[in-house]
Amino acid sequence: MSAKPNVEMKSTAEARVLTRAMPRSDGGFLGGVLPPLVALAIAAVVGDLLILTFGEAPSTVFRLLVEGTWGNAYGIGQVLYKTTTLTCTGLAFALAGRAGLFNVGAEGQLAAGGFGAAMMGLVLPAGTPAFLAVPVCLLAAMVVGAGVGAVPGALRAKFGASEVIVTIMLNFVVLALLNWLVSAKLRVPETLHTALIGAGLVPRLSDSFAMFRGSAANWTILFAVAAALVSWWYLFRTLSGYELRAVGLQPDAAEYGGVRVPRVLFVTMCLSGALAGLGGMNFVLGYKGYYEEGFAGGAGFLGIAVALVGRSHPLGILAAALLFATLSQGGLAVNAIVPKQLTDILTAVVILAVATAVPEVQQQLRAAAANVTAAFYRDARQGVQHREGAES
Amino acid sequence: MMLLAFLLQTIRIAIPYLLAAAGGVMSERVGVIALGLEGLMLAGAFGAALGSYYGGSAWTGLLGALVGGAVVTSIIAIATLRFKANQVVVGVAINLLVVAATRFFLRLTFDSASNSPRVAGFGGEGAGNAMLASFSNPIVWIGLIALPALGWVLYNTPFGLRVRAVGEKPEAVATLGVAVTALRLKGLFIAGSLASLGGAYLALDQHQFSDSMTAGRGFIALAAVIFGRWEPVRVAVACLLFAGAETLQIQLQGAQLVPSQFVEMIPYLLTIVALAGVVGRSVAPAALGKTE
Repeated sequence: MSAKPNVEMKSTAEARVLTRAMPRSDGGFLGGVLPPLVALAIAAVVGDLLILTFGEAPSTVFRLLVEGTWGNAYGIGQVLYKTTTLTCTGLAFALAGRAGLFNVGAEGQLAAGGFGAAMMGLVLPAGTPAFLAVPVCLLAAMVVGAGVGAVPGALRAKFGASEVIVTIMLNFVVLALLNWLVSAKLRVPETLHTALIGAGLVPRLSDSFAMFRGSAANWTILFAVAAALVSWWYLFRTLSGYELRAVGLQPDAAEYGGVRVPRVLFVTMCLSGALAGLGGMNFVLGYKGYYEEGFAGGAGFLGIAVALVGRSHPLGILAAALLFATLSQGGLAVNAIVPKQLTDILTAVVILAVATAVPEVQQQLRAAAANVTAAFYRDARQGVQHREGAES
Repeated sequence: MMLLAFLLQTIRIAIPYLLAAAGGVMSERVGVIALGLEGLMLAGAFGAALGSYYGGSAWTGLLGALVGGAVVTSIIAIATLRFKANQVVVGVAINLLVVAATRFFLRLTFDSASNSPRVAGFGGEGAGNAMLASFSNPIVWIGLIALPALGWVLYNTPFGLRVRAVGEKPEAVATLGVAVTALRLKGLFIAGSLASLGGAYLALDQHQFSDSMTAGRGFIALAAVIFGRWEPVRVAVACLLFAGAETLQIQLQGAQLVPSQFVEMIPYLLTIVALAGVVGRSVAPAALGKTE
């Protein structure tokens, strides 16, 4: 008899070993969760070193960080407020990323979305009932955000122009344009913001729960959570979501399979811009009640960190947004003893570490999986030989 | 006289662009996307201020800038070349990192949130003509020759040939027995040094480091690289063009012909148009962003 290995499943347990051992391109669940954990460990070490160079005790600083964020209702409220914006920009980067696109333009899309919401709120007659005005403003934010996303989308789909460069350059153009609109036309004299908005304001959490008093947390967070859930459903439960992921994994194969790739790229950039634009609601209608110059303040770029650590999964993004919002608010909490830029450095370290850990961890997992598979086949082959030996 | 003043001011504004853009061309020609230019410049500016402050001379400032640039370049190189991290993500993270780190160390070393104390620069101030005095600054001269020299190196030396080849088809270069990663490493460190000198110019010219003082100049340099289609001489022309527009805006400030925001947009809009290929397509090196 030939030495053909007998890999027929002898038990479900072995079958399970084999399927688990099969290398997956993304490293599976472990490949998804491990890099962020590695990154956090590295960031913690870097944080310790920086705190020590500043002559403080890491334990004191980290305790202050936790107390100032999750230790009281105001801190929690501020974290939730920042989580809202970061969820939107994180989703924006992740959705585009699933289609193989790098939307580095969330900063401009976020600002434009906030501007759109503000304009709609100013145009609507003051006192328009919230159930009408809020959705209309929400739509305005998303449409304007989508409009900004449509430019790199169209240029990529039609001319193959790199969306990375176009989105970066467009950030500067959009921010300069908004700056001109506000400073030359719309601002209240002596300020950098528009007039107070009379319609479409989103109630604060503190209106319902007195303990959040003073914090910026508002019900826009529900829209952000809904956006995460809808994004999940869209990506993993609809045909166009499937096409989007197919384009991201292998555009040529997707095209061969009948997907109109340029159209998917364009639509995805619009959707991505709309998600970032939605985040503008949080500051403009949820917190301040007016559009203010520079409100985005880097939240668009932080969305990249959120999407990376959340592994481009809508639910992972919610968790990652909480993490980075905590870091951002925590910086303010520790500012009395170490510079608040400590947490900004840690944020950048987390991004770098995740970006470097992902390919490395996947490679290690693939190697480990290949070893397990090889061992399984070897054992199976030896088993066959044993039996053959017994028969002869 | 008006014209001479205009030209001199354009050159002064263009120097950091020319240096950073030369770094950008180098980096992208070896296949690494130059999104970190802004961070490299800022690190160079901070290094220059530290070097000049502790060394007491502009020359130690120059050394400090190179060290600052090398530190940031090492991070970029480890992430992209050793660990094959995504270059776009690394570029964005580097910029965030340097802004935060320079602020942190500004407070650590000078106990200030906004700027360093006054440091030594090149050239005696109060000299007869401040405009002409800037030509006693060696960084100005390095800036003026950086791109033409890079162009000569790229097209007339074996090293340049390898650099161009590695940006287009690294496999072919590897087949011929050239160590691709070592070549990229060299390219990255040259790029980092050039960009950090661009930052050093800013810090030494203003005799201090101030928070986020590069103010987007790294991205304007990147825009010039793309608008100049990765060809050193074209890139130099793009830098001068962008600087000229800025000078015009400064000189016409009183006239209020065009809002300053629209002048700011020019480099970015031109780059987008160049990428879309309306007038002559801007095509990147084929292996850009792929460091597998």
